[in-house]
Amino acid sequence: MAVFIIRRLLQSLLVVFAMSVIVFVGVFAIGNPVDIFISPTADSIEYDRVVRQLGLDLPLHEQYLRFLGNALQGDLGNSFITGEPALGMILQRMPATLELAVFAMLIAVGIGIPLGLWAGLHPGTLGGQTIAAGSIVGFSLPNFWQGLMLILIFAVTLGWLPSGGRGDTTDVFGIRTSLGSLDGLSHMLLPAINLAIFKTALLIRLVRAGTREIIRQDYIKFARAKGLSERRVIGVHLLKNIMIPVVTVLGMELGSVIAFAVVTETVFAWPGMGKLIVDSIYVLDRPVIVAYLLIIVVLFIIINMVVDILYSALDPRVRLGSLR
Amino acid sequence: MTGRAETPATADTGWRRLAGDFAESPPAVVCLGLVLLILGLAAAAPWITPQNPYDLAQLDILDGRLPPGSESFAGVPYWLGTDAQGRDMLSAILYGIRTSLLVALSAGALAFATGLGLGLIAAYARGTVDALIMRVVDLMLGFPAILTTMILIVVLGRGTDKVILALAVVQWAYFARTARSAALVEVEKDYVAAARGLGASHGRILLRHLLPNCLPPMIVVGTVQVANAISLEATLSFLGIGLPVTEPSLGLLIANGFKYLLSGLYWISVFPGIALLVMVMSINIVGDQLREVLNPHSSR
Repeated sequence: MAVFIIRRLLQSLLVVFAMSVIVFVGVFAIGNPVDIFISPTADSIEYDRVVRQLGLDLPLHEQYLRFLGNALQGDLGNSFITGEPALGMILQRMPATLELAVFAMLIAVGIGIPLGLWAGLHPGTLGGQTIAAGSIVGFSLPNFWQGLMLILIFAVTLGWLPSGGRGDTTDVFGIRTSLGSLDGLSHMLLPAINLAIFKTALLIRLVRAGTREIIRQDYIKFARAKGLSERRVIGVHLLKNIMIPVVTVLGMELGSVIAFAVVTETVFAWPGMGKLIVDSIYVLDRPVIVAYLLIIVVLFIIINMVVDILYSALDPRVRLGSLR
Repeated sequence: MTGRAETPATADTGWRRLAGDFAESPPAVVCLGLVLLILGLAAAAPWITPQNPYDLAQLDILDGRLPPGSESFAGVPYWLGTDAQGRDMLSAILYGIRTSLLVALSAGALAFATGLGLGLIAAYARGTVDALIMRVVDLMLGFPAILTTMILIVVLGRGTDKVILALAVVQWAYFARTARSAALVEVEKDYVAAARGLGASHGRILLRHLLPNCLPPMIVVGTVQVANAISLEATLSFLGIGLPVTEPSLGLLIANGFKYLLSGLYWISVFPGIALLVMVMSINIVGDQLREVLNPHSSR
């Protein structure tokens, strides 16, 4: 186990390094950010001063080495727009995004697994087919449009829930959270549902397919023949075997939920890091874009590693040592 | 399935059987009809729409923000209402579908060709080439499409061609993985060994023998990916980093209507959204049924 984790960490470092080169070259090879925030009436002396100040006059590889040196000390550069440290700006907004992502995943698991199980156990019934068809609809609805419809129905027409923003937040161990107050929760509900719909549909399909496959296996028949209660057969024998693919997919999807938060946060004006990256792309705020992408890569690597470890805990047939 | 496979399948009965299997699901047939209808409407948009929504001379600001079913100053009905500039939403939607489909199909075709080529080469060459191609595929698939396209658009810049390229870059990996796994099975079969024995060149084996036999799963992936490309392009356009304003796709129409949604002018956003939903959903359902029909192992 320890060997596996060390090997994965080393691999991950390599990936982060490769990504930093790709992202840096990609993002810095385009456009001229000076044009954006220097006044159009500035003369060429002023212009050169700004270019030097930002280090844009150096060759690209020197700019990268400088960036790498600073990055190793936790400094990913300052935002071109606000002048604040880019890393700080993102870390400050990360809790809001993570909170939303985790809440959305809980909704997806809480609804998707039971519905998928039911649809898989009763495939021929009207209910089962409705659930299956509903999952296709959930799959096909573009994320941003779901968000608009949620706003139209629950905020504009019915007026039950707020249409955007984060609401009242409370401090828990120094981290602002919307989970602490009723107002905060009501602000979080719509965006979280918006993020959850796609994942719920995915889980329904996954669990339904898994159930239909496993219910035919001999060990299920044997468990039933042994006289075990239906509750135990489904709750233990069936569910345990479905959980293996579900955990893998959930892990990968947590990453994609964080990525898709970009869309949801824009629709609901949720002040997370996804909204920040969209705003930064508009104004070509390079340090923030680069910092965001690097943080996402690191997050993904951590999530993938945790999933691999969980996977081996769930399925004893998987031995981590043999994984490359 | 096994019983039928024993009868020699000629091209005619093959197609007829395929059509028969497909028709077993009435919803899929309805959706196929919808897809064809949408394709037809999109192709004919310039000739069938009541107005050209991007010819400013035809717009009248006095007709702005009219609800669905109202009539213009000149007495022409606006079935789906008008937007803030007095644009007929029905015409705008048909033009939008045209743009969305054009972008998604171009990106899909580009990704299909690239993925098929690289997937076949990986399966045929094996070894280092295979490992290299599949590493890149894994990397692409491990990163969410929405982020990759956003980065690419930041790097490449704006524009319709750039959006098509970005969509193709995130999608080729799905095709490559499918083509490789199909080709890995085919390459072991006797007919390939026979072709080798007859002295066929690598190129001939790849193109004449492997390629046609790998197509069925590729077609399934293709339909799903076109639906995904439509969604993804709409999302990018909605975020304001997709297609330029001069070529409004459905995503941009929805984004324009978003401003008015909160004040109750629902139709500017909702109708393009419904068009998008119907299109994506029909393609997905057709793809689902194709998968059932083309998969010899499906438990039907």
